[in-house]
Amino acid sequence: MADETKAPAPPPSGEPKDSQGKPNPPSVEPVPAKKPGDPAAPANPGAPPGSPGKVAAPAHHEAAPAKPAGPAANPWNSEMISRLKMQYGSGIREASVYLSQSYMVLDSSLIPELLQVLRDQEQFDYCVDITALHYPEKEKPFEVIWILYSFARNERIRVKTEISDGQVLPSSFPIWPTANWLEREVYDMFGIRFDGHPDMKRILLPEDWKGHPLRKDYGIIQQDNEWVQINLGIESGQ
Amino acid sequence: MPETTKYLSHLELGEPDQTFLDSNELIINMGPQHPATHGVLRVILKLDGEKVLGTQCVIGYLHRGVEKIAEHRTYTMFNPYVDRMDYVAAVSNGLGYCETVEKLMNVEAPPRANYIRVILAELNRLASHMLWLGTHALDIGAITPLFYTFRDREEILKIFEKYCGARLTTHAFRIGGCQYETYDGFEQDVTKFLKFVAPKIDEYEELLTTNRIWVERTKKVGYISAEDCKALGVTGPVLRASGVKWDLRKAQPYAVYRDFDFDIPVGTHGDTYDRYLVRMQEMRQSLRILEQAVGKIPEGPIMAKVPKVIKPAVGEIYHSIEAPKGELGYFIVSDGSTQPYRVRVRPPSFVNLQALDQMVRGQLVADVIAVIGTLDIVLGEVDR
Repeated sequence: MADETKAPAPPPSGEPKDSQGKPNPPSVEPVPAKKPGDPAAPANPGAPPGSPGKVAAPAHHEAAPAKPAGPAANPWNSEMISRLKMQYGSGIREASVYLSQSYMVLDSSLIPELLQVLRDQEQFDYCVDITALHYPEKEKPFEVIWILYSFARNERIRVKTEISDGQVLPSSFPIWPTANWLEREVYDMFGIRFDGHPDMKRILLPEDWKGHPLRKDYGIIQQDNEWVQINLGIESGQ
Repeated sequence: MPETTKYLSHLELGEPDQTFLDSNELIINMGPQHPATHGVLRVILKLDGEKVLGTQCVIGYLHRGVEKIAEHRTYTMFNPYVDRMDYVAAVSNGLGYCETVEKLMNVEAPPRANYIRVILAELNRLASHMLWLGTHALDIGAITPLFYTFRDREEILKIFEKYCGARLTTHAFRIGGCQYETYDGFEQDVTKFLKFVAPKIDEYEELLTTNRIWVERTKKVGYISAEDCKALGVTGPVLRASGVKWDLRKAQPYAVYRDFDFDIPVGTHGDTYDRYLVRMQEMRQSLRILEQAVGKIPEGPIMAKVPKVIKPAVGEIYHSIEAPKGELGYFIVSDGSTQPYRVRVRPPSFVNLQALDQMVRGQLVADVIAVIGTLDIVLGEVDR
């Protein structure tokens, strides 16, 4: 089922990094959706503790093109996923388990609706975190990630969606009020706006600061020189 | 969603002179330089007489761009930076970071290292709670507990110093285990400390638990319900004091917490007094864990086999631990190079501070101080 949904999505717009440049290990058993953080469930159970470094070690000595081979993402099969897939079809682009942590990639049009379903029907009542990733070379450069937890099921999942620069996502503040500051931080750091947010402004940086520092094209020592000169009265903060 | 409209934190702040002259409403500014804000936190209070109509937090004064720095450092080089976020619980920060990278690399720290980690993390939880108790009591007006807790916290810091040379920003752990073997007499020192500190916790409780001033200042102050805690993402002792028996050490055990027998203290009322009781009980539970751990540190290596250059495979991971303040999570994305593509820190203080407005609305202005204290925030972690 996961293959069907994966196929229409070309690699660049699919799950960003997991599916690229990684040879599929021949014998990886499908890992059941286990609790993340379960130390008894490492992704390659045969290896004694301490030795899995071997997996990465050979690649380290090889030439540059071979990225270190890690465990592959497996399809995430659970009742919840089949239920959601029945309802939303290919809107759920991918549902996988990587390092015994489950995540799904959604079409951005499903965003407020499916999050609401996850909270109301699937008991994901605690939004742990909202964050984003920037891949400047991709067609849809931003990935927004919700990390959700269910107290009743003791289960943690990640929900991801890809958006283009300037695209506005609906706010999840009405679903989880904790999204208030978390979305403000995403806006502050990445410049992704959330529609329907009660107070969409910067949170950590000064309000009139220019630029969004966690974008990849923002340099590490770059700063808003104008702001520094006006507000701090010095030439440069460096 | 009508039920969530009460969480609105944005205030329609009018012009100051208008509010000053036209009504009884007063907008005052608390901080950023204020001794009771535990750092540089600015709270804009909207008051009607002594009653708080609403608050607005202004944060970011300590923003150092830790997440940006991470993208320009190797995994090993970033390790000391995490200590500077929650600087009163640096060990927990390091534990969370090292475990996350280990999970991403599919490495497991050897049992001996895990025992040392648990011992230091629990000592740090005690130190963090002691600092919280001293400053929280000081904010409310009791000066004595501050001296007591700082005196006893010193013993923990001495153990840290003997172990790794640093007292606060310990950088005690490495990716794959611990860098240092325990020093001669480490176990005796910890055992001695446990004997020393157990009666001290009784002493704090004697000073405060039935103290009438303390009870009056904390009972029914800063109430928050379990539902609101979950909706606002509040974790740690604040969540437990509202009656939710949830602790990541039990819910999703990491390190070797599975091996120890301990309870999760919970409160019933969700007020400042219950949060005080929960933290006091947590200190006793930490002592229980330490007693069990210190006697049976297994022999063996303290470092797993980790390549010299840490280069996790392409992928991403989220891992979180129960820090003294709540759920501390790291979300790390690797692009297969020696530097992380993205490190996101899920700070408990930042998320918990969001509940301040909910907790102080309708209360007295003096209670704002009590509530900031009871949330146990560290601004280094709020702003990162």
